[in-house]
Amino acid sequence: MIDNNASKYASEAYCSISRSPFTGDTINATHDAIAYFKLTNHFETLFWLCSQSLAAIALYCLGIESTAHTFGASVVTDTGRILSDSRDVYASAPGKGIHPREAAEHHSEVAAGVISDSLKRAGSVKPSELDGVGVSLGPGLGPCLRVGATVARSISAFFDIPLVPVNHAIGHIEIGILTTGAKDPLVVLVSGGHTAIAAFSGGRWRIFGETEDITIGNLYDMFAREIDLPSPAGPQIEKLAGKSSHFLTLPYVVKGNDVSYSGLLTASLAKFRSGAGLEDVCYSMQEVSCSMLAEAVERSLAYTGKKEILLTGGVAANKTLKEKLEAVAGLHDAVCYVVDSAYTGDCGAQIAWTAMLALQAGLATSAHAALVRPKWRLEDVDIPWRNSAS
Amino acid sequence: MLISPGETAQARLIYKGAEAEIYLQDWQGELVVRKSRIPKPYRVSELDESIRRMRTAHEATMMHEVRKLGVPVPTIRHIDPESTTLIMDYVRGPTLKEELYKLSMSKRRERCNSLGNIVAVMHEGGFVHGDMTISNVLSEDGKLFMIDFGLGDFSNEIEDMGVDLLLLNRAMKSTHYSFHATLFNSFLKGYAKTIGKRRARETFQKMREIEKRGRYFERG
Repeated sequence: MIDNNASKYASEAYCSISRSPFTGDTINATHDAIAYFKLTNHFETLFWLCSQSLAAIALYCLGIESTAHTFGASVVTDTGRILSDSRDVYASAPGKGIHPREAAEHHSEVAAGVISDSLKRAGSVKPSELDGVGVSLGPGLGPCLRVGATVARSISAFFDIPLVPVNHAIGHIEIGILTTGAKDPLVVLVSGGHTAIAAFSGGRWRIFGETEDITIGNLYDMFAREIDLPSPAGPQIEKLAGKSSHFLTLPYVVKGNDVSYSGLLTASLAKFRSGAGLEDVCYSMQEVSCSMLAEAVERSLAYTGKKEILLTGGVAANKTLKEKLEAVAGLHDAVCYVVDSAYTGDCGAQIAWTAMLALQAGLATSAHAALVRPKWRLEDVDIPWRNSAS
Repeated sequence: MLISPGETAQARLIYKGAEAEIYLQDWQGELVVRKSRIPKPYRVSELDESIRRMRTAHEATMMHEVRKLGVPVPTIRHIDPESTTLIMDYVRGPTLKEELYKLSMSKRRERCNSLGNIVAVMHEGGFVHGDMTISNVLSEDGKLFMIDFGLGDFSNEIEDMGVDLLLLNRAMKSTHYSFHATLFNSFLKGYAKTIGKRRARETFQKMREIEKRGRYFERG
């Protein structure tokens, strides 16, 4: 989906549709500027259109992602074209999790290379041609976040480009919506950092259900780490699970629309250590964990009355989970969108695109206000660019 | 007499929830509600059957027990574990969730206050609901009824009671966000009045503690 013909698209954008950042209206930039002005008397939009025509390019936004193991950079346009999506992923030692300081050191080393690569692949965009720099300020690991934030603040200050703070989780949602074409989905965000069910209402993404302790990604990672399975854990467990269909009883804990996985982790480890086959334990743990989430999603779907499910985040790659959520959607005449694997994991594109939306909504900030927020909840973020369906 | 889904011709589907289908039907000359837990294609059959059977029997037990305490619930008429079906009294809605949209602010406070009383009576008697949302409370002419006890439990643990409060607070926050604080405060007032200020404060603090266990919770 990455586009390397940036210059071609840039000239296309010049004579095609543009959206006013002031009114949100779509206008044919070259032909309807005067007509639009006569209709609305909106000066800012007229001036903006003129400047657009003179500059003869689309808006470009750079996005920088560094919340956990991935350092990513990407350039997108205001029309939602992802021109580049470069990344470099910190690999933890086998049997170990992410070491925050080591991950941060990795990010510092690769930052310049990844960003230059993303600019080059976007059609050799110069930093001075950027209209905004987006950076994910949270939630995530403090030391990792600080690398991205420092780099973004420097670029913003040096080239005098607006800086746009982005919530990483909102980034997952926005890139999911952009790439699947979902309109008003119930979002199921599953990764090492999140297990949350959210829907848009009243200007924010509201949480309808989530894990009360560890995430589904944690469950798989911690199980794998305890018994020395090689990393990454998710695909390993899925592979082992595929070899069994012998179901062992494990704790199934759904509390309203919430799930709790800590008991399942303990019980799965106990089963394995008391001699149960690894394949059987993996199969049963995967079945129970995904079924619990599917039930919580079904409850949220019934509660909100939404007709779309959007599955995203690293664990969205799990086939069992995908099948179960598709079954849930089928029961409620809903559609299940699964985000393409290129954009389910952490990436710069999710930040660049969300920053582009925020930039057009006037949410740029100054460098000294852009501090990292390791525990930033997605329900605390105002989303002025999206209209509530209800 | 055994009841299996679809046996009665005049049964009418009135609500399709996440777990069960709710039918309105004639039963021994009376209008009753039939709640049938339906098989879920996303669970392996062993797991699915045991969950449905357990929750059906459990729900009936819970409703019977909390009723003795004076918690208003529809009366259970019949239990059929084979078809995972319950027959119970018909309580006309709407749900509290729907009703709260239409009411005046003072009526909203009143409703949430009396919900607080009811939940306190239940907690005081050693029961927790487990799926405590405003969709699981019906309001018939202003009188509240609690339904959906499938995830309920016998418990004197402050932890479980904290979960009830947490789920209720979340439900209010997610749908009635513009005045959810008023709703939840009125609920807490009613709750404290019945269960006592000390217990209420403990439970509320436990709720905060559970919230903080979640990965993303900004302190201060």
